[in-house]
Amino acid sequence: MRVMAQICMVMNLDKCIGCHTCSVTCKQTWTSRPGVEYVWFNNVETRPGQGYPRRYEDQERWRGGWKLTARGRLVPKAGGRMRRLASIFANPLLPNIRDYYEPWTYDYNALFDTPAGDDFPVAAPRSLISGERMDNITWSANWDDNLGGMPQHEGDDVVLQRIQDKVRMELEQTFMFYLPRICEHCINPSCVASCPSGALYKRVEDGIVLVDQDRCRGWRMCVTGCPYKKMYFNHRTGKAEKCTFCFPRIEVGQPTVCSETCVGRLRYIGVLLYDADRAPAAAATPREQDLYPAQLDLFLNPHDPDVRRAAEAAGIPHDWIQAARRSPVYDLIATYGVALPLHPEYRTLPMVWYVPPLSPVVEAITASGHDGEDYRNLFGAIDTLRIPVSYLAELFTAGDPAPVELALRRLAAMRSHRRRINLGEPVDPEIAASVGFDVEKLDAMFRLLSLAKYEERYVIPTAAAGDVRSLEETALSGCSLDYEGGPGMGGTESSGPFGEASGRPAPQAVETFHVLRQRQTSESAADTSGHEGRINLLNWDGRGLPEGLFPYRAKGGARGGQVDRGEDLGAEPGEISERGERGES
Amino acid sequence: MISPVDVFLWGALPYIAVAILVTGLIWRYRYDKFGWTTRSSELYESRLLRWGSPMFHIGLLVVLMGHLLGLFIPDSWTAAIGVSETVYSFLAISLGVAAGVLTYAGIALLVWRRRTTGPVFLATTVNDKFMYVFLVAALTLGLATTLINASTLHYNYRVDVSPWVRSLFVFQPEVALMARTPIEYRIHAISGLVLFAIVPFTRLVHAFTAPVHYLFRPYIVYRARDPRNIGTAALRPGWKRSDV
Repeated sequence: MRVMAQICMVMNLDKCIGCHTCSVTCKQTWTSRPGVEYVWFNNVETRPGQGYPRRYEDQERWRGGWKLTARGRLVPKAGGRMRRLASIFANPLLPNIRDYYEPWTYDYNALFDTPAGDDFPVAAPRSLISGERMDNITWSANWDDNLGGMPQHEGDDVVLQRIQDKVRMELEQTFMFYLPRICEHCINPSCVASCPSGALYKRVEDGIVLVDQDRCRGWRMCVTGCPYKKMYFNHRTGKAEKCTFCFPRIEVGQPTVCSETCVGRLRYIGVLLYDADRAPAAAATPREQDLYPAQLDLFLNPHDPDVRRAAEAAGIPHDWIQAARRSPVYDLIATYGVALPLHPEYRTLPMVWYVPPLSPVVEAITASGHDGEDYRNLFGAIDTLRIPVSYLAELFTAGDPAPVELALRRLAAMRSHRRRINLGEPVDPEIAASVGFDVEKLDAMFRLLSLAKYEERYVIPTAAAGDVRSLEETALSGCSLDYEGGPGMGGTESSGPFGEASGRPAPQAVETFHVLRQRQTSESAADTSGHEGRINLLNWDGRGLPEGLFPYRAKGGARGGQVDRGEDLGAEPGEISERGERGES
Repeated sequence: MISPVDVFLWGALPYIAVAILVTGLIWRYRYDKFGWTTRSSELYESRLLRWGSPMFHIGLLVVLMGHLLGLFIPDSWTAAIGVSETVYSFLAISLGVAAGVLTYAGIALLVWRRRTTGPVFLATTVNDKFMYVFLVAALTLGLATTLINASTLHYNYRVDVSPWVRSLFVFQPEVALMARTPIEYRIHAISGLVLFAIVPFTRLVHAFTAPVHYLFRPYIVYRARDPRNIGTAALRPGWKRSDV
């Protein structure tokens, strides 16, 4: 047994209202730069729907993830090492920008520059890829939001095609939910396996999958390798980029930006311990429907003293083991068994799991005039509403309805049980027993899913104590990818001598960083001069006289800068009065 | 008669070019790892690239192999294994012409695509255009040399060009050998040397990180945070960082 720890996430889909706040804040943080205009590390899809990029789940087309060979060996579905290198000059499995969407901006200047006339000026859309005017915007990352264009596009949902149900139009009225997606930070990541440069790696300490921007050579195989299409190609820097699980935040114990800003509070972050030795065998489980139980079996019970001892021996820090014991993610996945992995059939052992949505079922019963919160009605509906269950099963369990039904039944039982308490009716232990729980366990699950506070939803140990000094500074000085032209929030104008974003990175937060460091490590006042004449007042500690903070004072004269400025101002009233005269006339 | 210009071109320029290549690569690797990429434009357009790029790259690899064979294998060696000069030059020329035409067609397609596809043209830097001039010049001259050789058939470059190249490696450049070769060989050699010199400063550097090691590594890569990066505050004299 080789114990490894990973930070992972569970999302409760029942609570997602599809507001896209997570997507927007993530984009603001990570991908609001040229080259990644089309990239959403976090996106929210309406289901049924095509997703982003369009039909990414069609692995017969994109060939992401892993496949089992006839001899039971795991190889990337797009082909092994030789095949990957053979297609390095042109990769037919690489999505085109139009499979995502053509990013655009608007000609805002037209609103200001157009001469006065009878018609209102219009800010026409302009492509950010070709710079040309676009006649029509025809697609985006969530164009089919809320089933938009559904009659036209319903046949394009890969999952729906697989369940081949005839009752599709009914489904439009009864069954819709949102699926927020980030990188899965898989245990068996096929993007890492596809990277010819070895630039992609899984971090030992917390399992986060990252791209080494200095080693990435833009061979673009990772985009093909990832079945979730959560690897992106920055078309200006020519490097791969992906969701970082906001590692600079995680390292200091803060949740990811998408979690922090989630208005529905539906995300949970915690530590999972797993047995890395058994991971390859689990990923190579022959039957696709057995992949979910196989992965579940990898997770180690942090309450087991043997596991804790093994984790300690494997060098996992003590506070990580403690965090694993309080992990909301472990509880939702293993203790309550209500969270399921997304597309386990890709064999990547994904580590962002989902609590399937019960609300569509409740709504369907209520709409038909029955009591939507009675557990017997709910149980019956879960059995008979075959479409939602088989759809969810295609998403979460490779088509096996049993785990989905069990999860939905537990959610239904919780709902009925809590309603009785709410209405002052006596507690019925039969409800909990019907899903294999006792009343305490059902109440604990209710607490975690409904009331859990910030500290309970996000149990994130900081990085190892020995690293704390450096991590403090990481958090204070911004993200380590944060430099001009780099993958962080860099400037847009700079272009190095060898094309876009070449040259030594010049940290944008450099003044903050240096001033803080100097103040922390020296006994004299922070020298804020020399930073291109700019002063960051947030950093200025009042000591010293930074250049540029006060107006220039002329040498040798009694009249200082203030007076000079007064004279300058003196010229202005004339202008103002001139305008005033015009106004009066 | 060896002129000073010959001495410079065939005795000094190769060393200058290689020196710029090597120092340039080292310098770029240290200075600009982030800019060291293929800068692929496949995301924008793949229909033409799907043909042009493999044609160009595979053709170029064959051309490269041909140069290595022709310049580094002495004719005595090939004769020793029973390949006559006629057979050798027939093979070399036919393979050379085929690979050259393939490469040339590939780059023509790629340059045309670059010019006519809006997004790709927009992503083309001044540096790229500069690089294309030298790359296409070297390819054109090389293909022209091969074609001239194929049409006349009475010049054997292994008599003087190849020994000259080999003599460079022992630092005894035999300038006279190269100075007497036909003009097209000399121009092509210069264009090739200049191309060597500009490689580190263009996107062509990606060739030097061809991912051969991918064939020999396990699929999944694990990495730990670098312990050397722990703590950025300078240590004061007499203090030692705690291991806790």
